[in-house]
Parts: sequence; C-alpha cells; structure tokens
Amino acid sequence: MASDTKKLVTGPIADNNPIILQVLGICSALAVTTKMSTALTMCIALTAVLCASNVLISLIRNHVPSSIRIIVQITIIASLVIVVDQLLKAFAFGLSKELSVFVGLIITNCIVLGRAEAFALKNPPLPSFYDGLGNGLGYSAILLLVGFVRELFGSGSLFGFQILSLARDGGWYVPNGMLLLPPSAFFIIGLIIWAVRTWKPSQVEKPDFQIQTAHRAEVS
Amino acid sequence: MENYFNLFISAVFVENLALAFFLGMCTFLAISKQVSAAFGLGVAVVFIQTLTVPVNHLIYYYLLRDGALAWAGMPEVNLSFLGLICYIGVIAALVQILEMFLDKYVPALYNALGVYMPLITVNCAILGGTLFMVERDYNLGESITYGIGTGVGWALAITALAGIREKLKYSDIPSGLQGLGITFIATGLMSLGFMAFSGIQL
Repeated sequence: MASDTKKLVTGPIADNNPIILQVLGICSALAVTTKMSTALTMCIALTAVLCASNVLISLIRNHVPSSIRIIVQITIIASLVIVVDQLLKAFAFGLSKELSVFVGLIITNCIVLGRAEAFALKNPPLPSFYDGLGNGLGYSAILLLVGFVRELFGSGSLFGFQILSLARDGGWYVPNGMLLLPPSAFFIIGLIIWAVRTWKPSQVEKPDFQIQTAHRAEVS
Repeated sequence: MENYFNLFISAVFVENLALAFFLGMCTFLAISKQVSAAFGLGVAVVFIQTLTVPVNHLIYYYLLRDGALAWAGMPEVNLSFLGLICYIGVIAALVQILEMFLDKYVPALYNALGVYMPLITVNCAILGGTLFMVERDYNLGESITYGIGTGVGWALAITALAGIREKLKYSDIPSGLQGLGITFIATGLMSLGFMAFSGIQL
C-alpha cells in the first residue's frame, strides 16, 4: 500500500504529468504565470479543489447513474470552486482581482473533470485523494517553473522581491519584456516538454509521417 | 453602432480568447490535427458562444446581481456568489438542448457537429466568455456582440493552427519536440502574430 501511495503521489509529477503528457489544464497554466505569487495561489486553489472533488466523487461513485454523472461532477466541482473563490475574495482580495476569471475557470479545468472520470469514479476515497494530490503537484511543478522563468527574467524579481537589479533603476539587468507577454508561456512550456522528453524518451510521440533516414542524409 | 463594431473586432483579433487569454486550450490542442475537424468545432463554438453569453447576461442581470431581485421585492438580496454554478449549468443545458434540437430538425448539421458538442461544455472559452462579460459589465447588445466576436476569434485561431499542423506533419522535427512540443511553439508564434493587432486603437 505504501508504495502504491507513493506512486500515486509522485507519478504525475514527472512520469505522467497532467500538463505536459496528458495535455490537461493548460488554459490556466499559461495565463496566471507572469508572476510567482499568482501562480502559487492558482496551484494551491487547484490542488485543493482537485483533492476535495476526487474524494467527494469517489464517495458517491456507487450511487450515481452513469447517464447523469457528468452533470453531478460539474455541480460538485462548481460548488467547490465557489468556496475557493469566496475564500480568496475574503482573505486575498488583491490576488483574487489579479487572477480575475481564472479561479472560476477551475470548473472547466480539464484536470479536475479528467481525474474524476478517469480515477475517482473507479477507486475508493483514499487513493483518489492521493491521485488528486499527485496531479495537483504535477500541475504545480510546471506552473511554478514557468512562473519562475517568466517573473525572474521578465521583471527581474521573485514573489515581487527584486532579485536582478534592473537597468532602469541603475542596475545591470535589462528585463526581457516579451516574457511577460502571452506567447512566451507557449515557448517555455514547449521547451519544458522538449527537455522532459529528452530525459524520458518513453514519452516521445510517434511521428505521423517519417522522413526516411536515407533521404534525411541527402537533405543535410 | 461603431461601439459594437469595435467590440467585435477587438474580441476577434486583439483579445482573441485562445491566443491572448489561453482559453479553451485543451480542445484547441487536441482537435487541431485536421482543418475539417477544427472548422467543425469552431462553428459549434461560435454557435454556443453566441447563445450562452447573452443568456448568462440576462440571468446575471435579472437574478444574481446585487439588488437584481428588486423587481421581486427583495432589493437587499445579492446572489452573485451563485454565478459560477448557474453559468456552467446554463452552458451544459444549452449544449444539450442544441444537440437535441439539431438532431431533430437539422440532421446534416448534427452529423457534422455532433461529436464536438459534449467537448464544448468543458471548453474554458465558453465559460471564460461569460465570466469576462460579467467582469466587464457589458449590456445586452454588447454581450451579444462579444459572444459572436469571441466565438469567431476562437474558430479562426483553431482553424489556422490546424492548417499549420497539417503542413507541419511533413517536417523533420527533433524527436523530443514531436507532437505536443512543436504544437506549443507554433501556437506561441501564432500568438506573437496576433499581438501585432494589439497596437490597433479602436
């Protein structure tokens, strides 16, 4: 059991990451990562919702007819997200304003519904909790990495504290403004995918169309 | 009138939901392998988006907003915290109704769009459009325009990406970037291209 638990929690971080392998929950991963503080808030919110929804859905899995399961799941998830949203508004109003619609969009974050469908419907509550935790951590790992790169090189700070002294304040670092713009998030995630797949070649996708090696030699 | 036109153009190009706000990315990356499939999904999104944004606007304006229930004699009631669950309910219900309606009356369109319908319920672009509408306080006319505009913008982006990916199939990509990796980078480049519109003053 102990090794199962460990596998459920750590598996999704690198081997079966929800963002870079299962392609789930990308929307929010890109939008909230200009700063570490918003990225961290989003990670905590998503992990909390994911664990809670997995446990709740797993608890009622034997009582829900499969024809209405999607609407039941959406209702549970939406209620949990409302709780998170209200908590953020109450205790961290500034952050909740910065995250704008993206807290609400946890409802349609495919990770939550995807894990509910794929795991919580078939497993008892405790393993479902660990699965939620693991996938939340895998999501957080990518989000924090992207947030780290974007905030450090985009504005020279981390969590709002100045790390690299900026040229406009008399320092040496000229911030790369492009990292604060939407496209950079795509590039960073693309590069992370490349790095992870070089490290773990089993994740590489089969190409649809292979240029034959003989021809490749001719071209180059 | 000019106001609506500006809103439409900015919803399609400047504030493109897919490329500037990353909404609906999961379906965006999953269904963009073929132009025909991408176009079908795009049309379905325009359809649903045009319906849901105004409907959710009415629900927000007449039922949920702070003081919205004044017409029912309850001016202090503020139900806006119920927003999220109502909007997603409306979206799910509309998708279901539209699916049944098309199945009965327009079978040709149903056959073309049918498989994409369930995907739309969990497409963040739909819920995102509604949430932006609420956050920016659009009136009914504006929310109709915004709904159509964001739908068209999303459809445009996914069709364009599918076109790029069809061509990309034949290129020699490093094995680690194969598939998802290169798609992300291509989307990033497209997003850079769309940023050129952000200089337009409307």
